[in-house]
Amino acid sequence: MGLYAAIAVRSFRRYATYRAATVAGAFTNTVFGLIVAHTYLALWDERPALGGYDVAQAVTFVWLGQALLAAMSLLGGGFEEELGERIRTGDVAVDLYRPVNLQLWWLCADLGRAGYHLLGRGLVPVLVGGCLFDLRVPTGPARWFAFLVSVLLGIVVSFALRYLVALSGFWLLDGSGVRTVGVLTAVFFSGMLLPLTLFPGWLGELARALPWSALLQVPADVYLGRHAGGELVGAMAFQAGWAVVLLATGQALTAMATRRVVVQGG
Amino acid sequence: MDPTPPPDHPTGDTAFPVPPPRASSSGAATSGGMTGGELIRVENVVKTFTVRTRAGRFRREKTEVRAVDGIDFTVRGGEVVGYIGPNGAGKSTTIKMLTGILVPSSGRLRVAGLDPARERTRLARRIGVVFGQRTTLWWDLPLRDSYALMRRMYRVPRDRYRENLDRCVELLDLADLLDRPVRQLSLGQRMRGDIAAALLHDPRVLYLDEPTIGLDVVSKARVRSFLRAVNTEQGTTVLLTTHDMTDIEQLCSRVMVIDHGRLVHDGDLRGLRLGGHSERTLVVDLERELPPIRLEGARTLRVEGPRQWLAFPATASAAPLVAEIAARFPLVDLSIREPAIEDVIARMYADRAVG
Repeated sequence: MGLYAAIAVRSFRRYATYRAATVAGAFTNTVFGLIVAHTYLALWDERPALGGYDVAQAVTFVWLGQALLAAMSLLGGGFEEELGERIRTGDVAVDLYRPVNLQLWWLCADLGRAGYHLLGRGLVPVLVGGCLFDLRVPTGPARWFAFLVSVLLGIVVSFALRYLVALSGFWLLDGSGVRTVGVLTAVFFSGMLLPLTLFPGWLGELARALPWSALLQVPADVYLGRHAGGELVGAMAFQAGWAVVLLATGQALTAMATRRVVVQGG
Repeated sequence: MDPTPPPDHPTGDTAFPVPPPRASSSGAATSGGMTGGELIRVENVVKTFTVRTRAGRFRREKTEVRAVDGIDFTVRGGEVVGYIGPNGAGKSTTIKMLTGILVPSSGRLRVAGLDPARERTRLARRIGVVFGQRTTLWWDLPLRDSYALMRRMYRVPRDRYRENLDRCVELLDLADLLDRPVRQLSLGQRMRGDIAAALLHDPRVLYLDEPTIGLDVVSKARVRSFLRAVNTEQGTTVLLTTHDMTDIEQLCSRVMVIDHGRLVHDGDLRGLRLGGHSERTLVVDLERELPPIRLEGARTLRVEGPRQWLAFPATASAAPLVAEIAARFPLVDLSIREPAIEDVIARMYADRAVG
């Protein structure tokens, strides 16, 4: 097992030690799922086929959102708070003394966390939702596989965005304000608040082109089978493209930040 | 920058001569293993920072601060060097340049055959760093897991790792702590854990930044004896910054003092005591209470019953004073006290601040 795999495994285990937090989180996701699902039922009853979804697809979208909420770290709770704090206190200097790539290190740690949150916080809401509502389920292993790949790409994009937010702390000294803006942006532009297909005109175009749509909108549409063939490849290429661009930006900013960090603190 | 070879050390008479390249003499090294070869070379290194300060409502003024102002030194394999100075003197800046996370504004650095800033990642495998105030361990993980990650990070062969870990566990008494999450460790336990973590990959140089800060007397003693053992048995070179003068007295064969970005002393402890204007103290026990003793070359500090304290310059010999006292007064007992190193250094800083 290589170093980076070991980091992911340790991170997975680390989150797994907080069982009470997991139970509480899964409970909250389930309750919110119930509330939002009923809201959507009322909405789609009034406006059928809103955003191109039928009622069952809309409700499935809700539960997918609750299942992916923690894994995608849409409301925070990922590595970014820890890294932000290390930058603020100067502890990040310790990380820089190590013979490892800072971004890759945190990516692996966040993948471990996301893996745990996908299972610990994702399964229960979906099972409860599945018992109470008529949810769509992908047919055939190929679609399931495509969905999992899309979720993985979404997690990487989510990581890369939060990494940039955390790095801003090098310049702002306290990155908590930027983190809050990051969370609000993610909730809105990922489709967590409402599916992005609902937004009309240029706002919809813009929302669907921004990287945040890779976190929920794209994986949900892959799950619901709204992309087929070339379009499916295109959707994933969209996610992968953003992942590459954002990670490259993160790499460049890390180099700039390291030259800067050292000024702070004895 | 000046391309000529480094000048001599700008400090006192006990300064170490700069050895010619690849010098193999090991005269000054403490002892043990891989002594002799030059491991660290710092040539005329300067580091300036631009600090922006407010000047008026919108205007900002840029001022240049010289954190390190042209320092030169070399450290040979196996040495234990104390690097001391008041807060803000440039200690941490030097260490950061030596580890490569800070690029010098001018001058040349060489550590274990590498250019630190340019080959930071490669250098990281050859050095160990311990911060007294920060931890390299993972808060939520058992100590053992942190070490396992270190092994992978530094690609330490499994048997070498076993050997190193076993030695650290034994000497630092970590056996009962290995399965505890780091957040449950006391400061002293965590510090021991951190020192072990820095040594698992057999670093050639160990940088310690205030390793005994906040520790109780027992923990301090344990850390010191461990560092001494690592130095003598593995030949690990140690560069230590500290405010605890006992660390220096018990560990370091050589002390470098930095103040305002310049080296003001580079030599052994004795030289540090002799330099400056420090004084030794003669404690004289007489047969009975007498008026203060007056002698040429000494001054009376205190009289308490039959006991008197006399101060004389550290550079002067005690013999003529002792002879004179014995001849002229009814002497019962007599002892000489060396100046406390704290006082010497405090006086050194004070002198420089005035000068």
